[in-house]
Amino acid sequence: MESGQGYWVVIATLLSAAVLAVLPVPHALVWWRPEWVALVLVYWCIALPHRVGVVVALLTGIGMDILEGAVLGQNTFALSVIALLSVGLYQRVRLFSLWQQAGIVFVLIGIHQLICQWVQNLEGVGTQQPLFLLPALSSALFWPLVLSLLRGLRRHYRVA
Amino acid sequence: MLTLLVVAGLILADLRFNSLDRTRAILDTLVAPVYWVADIPSRLKDWQETHLVSRSTLQGENERLRRENLILEGRTQQMASLQAENIRLRALLNSAALLRDDVVVAELIGVSPDPVRQHVVINKGSRDSVYVGQPLIDANGLMGQVVEVGEFTSRVLLITDLTHSVPVQVNRNGVRAIAEGNGSLSALEVHHVAATTDIREGDLLVTSGLGGRFPVGYPVAVVSSVVRDPGQTFARILAQPTAALDRSRHVLLVFTVGQGEEG
Repeated sequence: MESGQGYWVVIATLLSAAVLAVLPVPHALVWWRPEWVALVLVYWCIALPHRVGVVVALLTGIGMDILEGAVLGQNTFALSVIALLSVGLYQRVRLFSLWQQAGIVFVLIGIHQLICQWVQNLEGVGTQQPLFLLPALSSALFWPLVLSLLRGLRRHYRVA
Repeated sequence: MLTLLVVAGLILADLRFNSLDRTRAILDTLVAPVYWVADIPSRLKDWQETHLVSRSTLQGENERLRRENLILEGRTQQMASLQAENIRLRALLNSAALLRDDVVVAELIGVSPDPVRQHVVINKGSRDSVYVGQPLIDANGLMGQVVEVGEFTSRVLLITDLTHSVPVQVNRNGVRAIAEGNGSLSALEVHHVAATTDIREGDLLVTSGLGGRFPVGYPVAVVSSVVRDPGQTFARILAQPTAALDRSRHVLLVFTVGQGEEG
């Protein structure tokens, strides 16, 4: 298969995740919003580790920082770290069962949240409670859905 | 590893030296479409609410608005003479005349997805000559100030953000204080007010104009609780913002013509 095929699918899914990430949600659910962009990025890093990695994470992260009005580099740093980890782990993760994968996703998104939390504390706006780990939990619960959806897209458009 | 170091440098540059403001403005313009798309559901809802209503509902609303308008017009009848009187009296007191502020209606198109940050995004940017530091109000009171300006959108820091403070005075007696955001949308904290100061529950706090950022006299919050602990030097005061920070969709950008000084 020719390389460079279907790269737009990766970009389109990341963009849709970005829209989901800024979609207004009710106040009660605000801490439960899954980290959509990080989830999609983790999927592509595991599915196409030779094509999606730190560079994509870097560009996505800068976009997310601007989108969220965060310190420039907060999401960039966090997403780069989890991209690095998932590219390193892809051979093992692919063999795992769905719920084992969800466990790995919980840890990865947890690391993402932890890094964001560090940067926010540097800035002086972080929370004191461990609330910031809730998105990791909800992301892990959404992983099976994201996985089947993105896998369907990847197979349909023969992204490789 | 190298990339991570570079990114760490980036964080430092943005956090400590604010050296990336120009870059941010450009990138803001680039990501604006994402907010437009994310806003579509609420715009559809608005459209549905304005287009798919029954004739009788519209007539009822029209009737109500007409009555409201009549009342408001009645109240403004004396406005011209009162304003003239105010100017005369201020002239007698040798204080600068207060100028009226111009406002531009903007629409809220996004809310900060990050729960620890209280930002909103509005649909006016440098093209509409929005500037950093510009105050934003809604129908009921002060909402915040502009912190980033892109071509078509700008980002507004709400008064309840942890990093935001606004100089206020009690409308009843002019006691000055500073109202700080505490990260929740429904409360401001008023710090460093001596326990003996005359401030009560239900007092209206308005902008004092000190600090030169916000014009004088916009309502900010209503004092909701005052706790005077004899063991503490300062009273613990909470106030509830008058602006509907989590509900307003139509907001006003204030263009200050000339900052009037306190007499």
